[in-house]
Amino acid sequence: MTEAVFYFLGACAIVTAALCVLSRSPMAAVLWLVGTMLSLAGIYVLLNAEFVAAIQVLVYAGAVMVLFLFVIMLLNLGSAKSDLRGPSSVAAAVVIAGLLLVELAALWNYSPERLAAEVAQSPAMSDPASIFTAGELARQETAARGVIGGVAAPLFQTYLVPFEITSILLLAAIVGAVVLAKRRI
Amino acid sequence: MPESAALLGPSLALSAVLFTLGVAGVVLRRNAIILFVCIELMLNAVNLTFVALAQLHGASGQIMVFFVMTVAAAEAAVGLAIILAIFRHKQTVDLQNINLLQG
Repeated sequence: MTEAVFYFLGACAIVTAALCVLSRSPMAAVLWLVGTMLSLAGIYVLLNAEFVAAIQVLVYAGAVMVLFLFVIMLLNLGSAKSDLRGPSSVAAAVVIAGLLLVELAALWNYSPERLAAEVAQSPAMSDPASIFTAGELARQETAARGVIGGVAAPLFQTYLVPFEITSILLLAAIVGAVVLAKRRI
Repeated sequence: MPESAALLGPSLALSAVLFTLGVAGVVLRRNAIILFVCIELMLNAVNLTFVALAQLHGASGQIMVFFVMTVAAAEAAVGLAIILAIFRHKQTVDLQNINLLQG
């Protein structure tokens, strides 16, 4: 059952992503991308990341995509002519994307067992169990503290400094966006 | 958690396909806004990889997803502001007509 839902959502994600890349108008592209993001949110739920799924819907499919839509409406692009590049670029895109896909297709074979075996072979990691117990501990933590508590504890303890640095990044982005978009400061 | 761990391989393959579609879009399209949309698509593919591997390695992967989302939001805000500024200057978002750096 879980796998059937996963494959349905995965097919939805791939189809909407392809339509997003190929659709003529930017507005349609953004709306198809929202479809991709909603499918991915469903997949996150299947992968036991419920809080990430909620944030994906609220922040990504909601806020960021609305920002895109605002800018598209502000620009008032009326042209309906296709902006696909010429045949040489199409060939380049097919070659680059094909090579990348062949390279990444090896990931299909990955399973937890194979990952454990490869980690065991790498010289830095002496004991694969030392990694995978961490996942087990996190799982127990999720069971003990609930979905949000399991994410919040490492975010505000182990990753506290990166979390605070993120606020500097956001401040810089706010100032930069205002400076760039304002006609006269 | 055996059934969701079985989804690891398909999740990684799906993220590979989505990332490839994003790369193809960046190479194919000339509209600057659609370029940004394709970059968002690639970031989403990477997020899927993080979440899929977070099943094995614990919640750290999910926290990386939050950081990626933050960076993506900042990047979208600054990038769209740049597009607005360029549009005000050139009256177009077609990358073929934006060649200020070509000298």
